[in-house]
Amino acid sequence: MYVAVKGGETAIANAHQLLADRRRGNRELPAIAIEQIVEQLALSVDRVMAEASLYDRSLAALAVKQSRGDLIEAIFLLRAYRTTLPRFGTSEPIDTARMQIERRVSATYKDLPGGQLLGPTFDYTHRLLDPDLLHDTPVEAPAGRTDADEPVMRVSEILAGEGLIEADGELPADHVAGDLTREPMEFPMTRDLRLQALARGDEGFLLALGYSTQRGYGRTHPFVGEIRIGLVDIELDVPELGFAVSLGEILVTECQMVNQFKGSAKASPQFTRGYGLVFGQSERKAMSMSLVDRALRTQEFGEDVVAPAQDEEFVISHCDNVQATGFVEHLKLPHYVDFQAELDLVRRMRAKHAQPHDHQEAAE
Amino acid sequence: MTALADYNFAYLDEQTKRMIRRAILKAIAIPGYQVPFASREMPMPYGWGTGGVQVTASILGPHDVLKVIDQGADDTTNAVSIRAFFQKVANVAVTTKTSEATIIQTRHRIPEETLGVNQVLVYQVPIPEPLRFLEPRETETRQMHALEEYGLMHVKLYEDIARHGRIATTYAYPVKVAGRYVMDPSPTPKFDNPKMNQSAALQLFGAGREKRIYAVPPYTDVVSLDFEDHPFEVQTFEKPCALCGARHVYLDEVVLDDKGGRMFVCSDTDFCETRREEGHRGEMLGDIKEAAE
Repeated sequence: MYVAVKGGETAIANAHQLLADRRRGNRELPAIAIEQIVEQLALSVDRVMAEASLYDRSLAALAVKQSRGDLIEAIFLLRAYRTTLPRFGTSEPIDTARMQIERRVSATYKDLPGGQLLGPTFDYTHRLLDPDLLHDTPVEAPAGRTDADEPVMRVSEILAGEGLIEADGELPADHVAGDLTREPMEFPMTRDLRLQALARGDEGFLLALGYSTQRGYGRTHPFVGEIRIGLVDIELDVPELGFAVSLGEILVTECQMVNQFKGSAKASPQFTRGYGLVFGQSERKAMSMSLVDRALRTQEFGEDVVAPAQDEEFVISHCDNVQATGFVEHLKLPHYVDFQAELDLVRRMRAKHAQPHDHQEAAE
Repeated sequence: MTALADYNFAYLDEQTKRMIRRAILKAIAIPGYQVPFASREMPMPYGWGTGGVQVTASILGPHDVLKVIDQGADDTTNAVSIRAFFQKVANVAVTTKTSEATIIQTRHRIPEETLGVNQVLVYQVPIPEPLRFLEPRETETRQMHALEEYGLMHVKLYEDIARHGRIATTYAYPVKVAGRYVMDPSPTPKFDNPKMNQSAALQLFGAGREKRIYAVPPYTDVVSLDFEDHPFEVQTFEKPCALCGARHVYLDEVVLDDKGGRMFVCSDTDFCETRREEGHRGEMLGDIKEAAE
């Protein structure tokens, strides 16, 4: 006999216990330490910090551990923590010209003031599995640089000297940077909010959209003006003190994409820019972001919106992986009440459909 | 509670609650209008009731009695999870009895029992925009609401009739609230739509991912869209509930075996249990001999 199902609570508790067991894995192996994740899976930690919009290596590493290495789950964990944190102020804009540079490359110049600096990159490695890593093989100390503290001018400044590239743009003096985690989104968005959405947007989604612009869906003729990775100071203006104090430094990746613009009736031909800035080291994300940022500025330049990457509502509404995964995965929640309604409808429609062929015994 | 000492009563900080309460007040003042609000990231996934949870968290007081249902049932996993969340972060009394609850958070159903003036029904809403599947752009749909431009929706319903001989919308069936805004009742089966009309209870709708709150104040007209020659009608079931014998309630179809055996039982588990306690017996409970298998 059928008995109405009970036991959801026990089932959930048991499932969580099993999850904890699977997360820990074989007990004979030592548990992975947070410090190990911070040090040795640094790029996972970076991605989690970037897309959770919270710069905290230890918490991000904890999230990676807790999520069994599922980075979107880790991003979700960290965001759910972030949302409970109080806001005690807004930092001064970071100055990437004063970045302590670890990597800096430009594709538009062979050489330039400050030089090309490869830094810790996978580029030019041969993707051969390295059997040495099966063991804890000693690693040599890297070569350092002596001139590390000198400011390095940005490529956009080189082009700006000739007026060849659009300027940074002006904001009204009373402009307060938006915060899409505290205010409801509205379309069309201002660029600060759009960049914020892209900065925490899904790396894979932005990568695919950026890629689509390269394959003809909203072409932007991009060149990597510059990518730079390094530490920047975070400063907070403290009203009681009357000056800005440094809160510490964070690692960021900045990409300035330089794009062709043929000019319009109003504006002379000039290079335009797409901008990407991401917590930690993630060139793929910063580059994708700058491609998509430029694509989303289509209307600003009087160009036609013809491709998905140029469509602000489409891109911004769907770039958040925590939202996306939640809504996609919610389909596994019970929907049997609605399904019942559909069953009923389909049965009725089938019955009616059968009628013309079978006048005598109409179904039902 | 010690492990959660850092969290405020009902999880959200008081400033956030104030922001949400303002959105709720505005929603009540403009019945059926979708009020944008700064939805927070909740510790459960988007699409799993974050909007409803935020609304509940904002209106919940220490003396409230909370009931959470999903598909009409108190014991579905997500209902259990959300109920446990509020027990943990707010330590409020919970119940499965509809009549005892002051706040009922629901997904996909309205309880069968008529709600009263001291009750609030909080709906979890996935897509708050009734026009979304006709027009994907928010900028467009907001304008359509502003201009009361609902022709598209009527055309859609008409096309259903032309194609299928009936309106082929069975859940999330659009309604007009207080003669002004067309509103999505959340994906409840259309069976529940009439219960929204002139309800004594306050009805609040929270869509977390889409960042919208809307409301139907008590005693407000809620009319399901239809045509004079194709009036709105709700689903009917041929048999009563197999456990409690109730008629004119929404039933779940339960598959019993792989030979086509199935039974129909109340989707509202509390309603069904209460009736059985009162001595009602459906055919599957064995009291009626000829129905026993």
